[in-house]
Amino acid sequence: MSTFWGYRRAGGRVGIRNHVAILSVMDNANGVVRHLGQLVRGTLPIPVWYGRGQFGADDELFRRTQVGLACNPNIASVLVVSLEVVSARRMAQAIAAESGKPVEYLAIQDEGGTVQTIGRGMRLLATMVQNASALRPEPCPLSELVLGVECGGTDTTSGIASNPALGWAADRVVEAGGVVYLSETSEWMGAEAVLARRARSPAVAEAIYAAVRRIEDDAKARGVDIRGANPVPDNIRGGISSIEEKSLGAIIKGGTGTIEDVLPYGRQAPGKGLYLMDTAAPAAESMTGLAAGGAQMIVFTTGQMNIMGCPVAPTVKVTGNPRTAERLADNVDVDVSPLLTGETLQSAGTRLLDCMLLTASGRLTRAEVFGDEEIAISRIQPTV
Amino acid sequence: MDMKAIVLHPEDNVATALADIDAGEVVTASEHRVTAAERIPFGHKIALRRIAPGGQVTKYGEPIGLAAADIAQGAMVHVHNLESQRGRGDLDDARGRA
Repeated sequence: MSTFWGYRRAGGRVGIRNHVAILSVMDNANGVVRHLGQLVRGTLPIPVWYGRGQFGADDELFRRTQVGLACNPNIASVLVVSLEVVSARRMAQAIAAESGKPVEYLAIQDEGGTVQTIGRGMRLLATMVQNASALRPEPCPLSELVLGVECGGTDTTSGIASNPALGWAADRVVEAGGVVYLSETSEWMGAEAVLARRARSPAVAEAIYAAVRRIEDDAKARGVDIRGANPVPDNIRGGISSIEEKSLGAIIKGGTGTIEDVLPYGRQAPGKGLYLMDTAAPAAESMTGLAAGGAQMIVFTTGQMNIMGCPVAPTVKVTGNPRTAERLADNVDVDVSPLLTGETLQSAGTRLLDCMLLTASGRLTRAEVFGDEEIAISRIQPTV
Repeated sequence: MDMKAIVLHPEDNVATALADIDAGEVVTASEHRVTAAERIPFGHKIALRRIAPGGQVTKYGEPIGLAAADIAQGAMVHVHNLESQRGRGDLDDARGRA
């Protein structure tokens, strides 16, 4: 049976990293958060854009996503930093209540500005990092894995090689009793009938159609063509001619399992198995939603290469394009391009799954090593 | 296995090039044998049979758009002669104004 070394957290969830996170509640705290990330080793700064003047459903989405990121089991403990104390305290309380992990908070106005906040933050973080470093991983079954599947810089090799290999691995995770999230809603467009046939119930099938319809109705209401936004120019250079073609290749990466439900952006699955998550397609936004939903790892297939990873969920880069595997080798974790010249799906899928287990046990991915990682929380309304 | 193109579903009328294909080169994919009418770069699609204007282009056994021109057997199929039918608010807008 496949196992990996993970950190078991309060509440039973398992982390594959042991970060001490420094979370900005709003963008005005980003400077302090970045400074602290540089000053204290073993910390993971999570700056955000926006966060002030948001209201209604947009604010709810933003806060829920931040709490979800902080509750991700890859994070051992959290220092929350905000400009003022009300939002700092509220965020810290929400994270502690949901995860049971150690949380501290600082309000820059109350601490006395940048210098005082950094001083106090360093002192808090020193203890938090020492405590986290004393934790030891233990062997965990594959059923503890929550896997986000993502693609970017897609070309036609994605649907032929890298996505089938990832789909094979995703099926193994679901078989083992784990969770798989397939996101990027606009990349279900043209393939929704294929997904709906695998839905757990007619209601889930309708939810799949409804999610796609929302994007298509928006394009129609605005009188615009989504081509150019999706597929993007590098997709087209890579041979992709339409969103239908891109989608039909993209959904393969989720495997062949029954689709349990469609989750809102950043929400955790209520059970095991394959779930769709309704997210924007660009990598930073989509992966932020996956990590907020508790994905400990993201496997990211790419044809032309998108170097982006998620700072909270280690991101494994897989390509099925032999030219990319050679030209952008520095950014590739797994090359499955031999699938184009006769390697079997089981062989390529097994190589990928082996890399996933190594990554889950602590080996860094290329995106982690290079720091090509970003957080972007989706917005649904303008700020006031 | 030394295929220069792959057909992903029996109902498909396009194959995807697994290598650069020169004009005039004969390509074998599944049971198909097609002469490339033009250069087909790696990763791009070649028509397995003629597709009339407005005809459906099929890959993975599913529609990926409609032919925007008469596509000859062996021709490259891409954004110049294939029209996506999804997320096309611009088409609705044009129809609405007509």
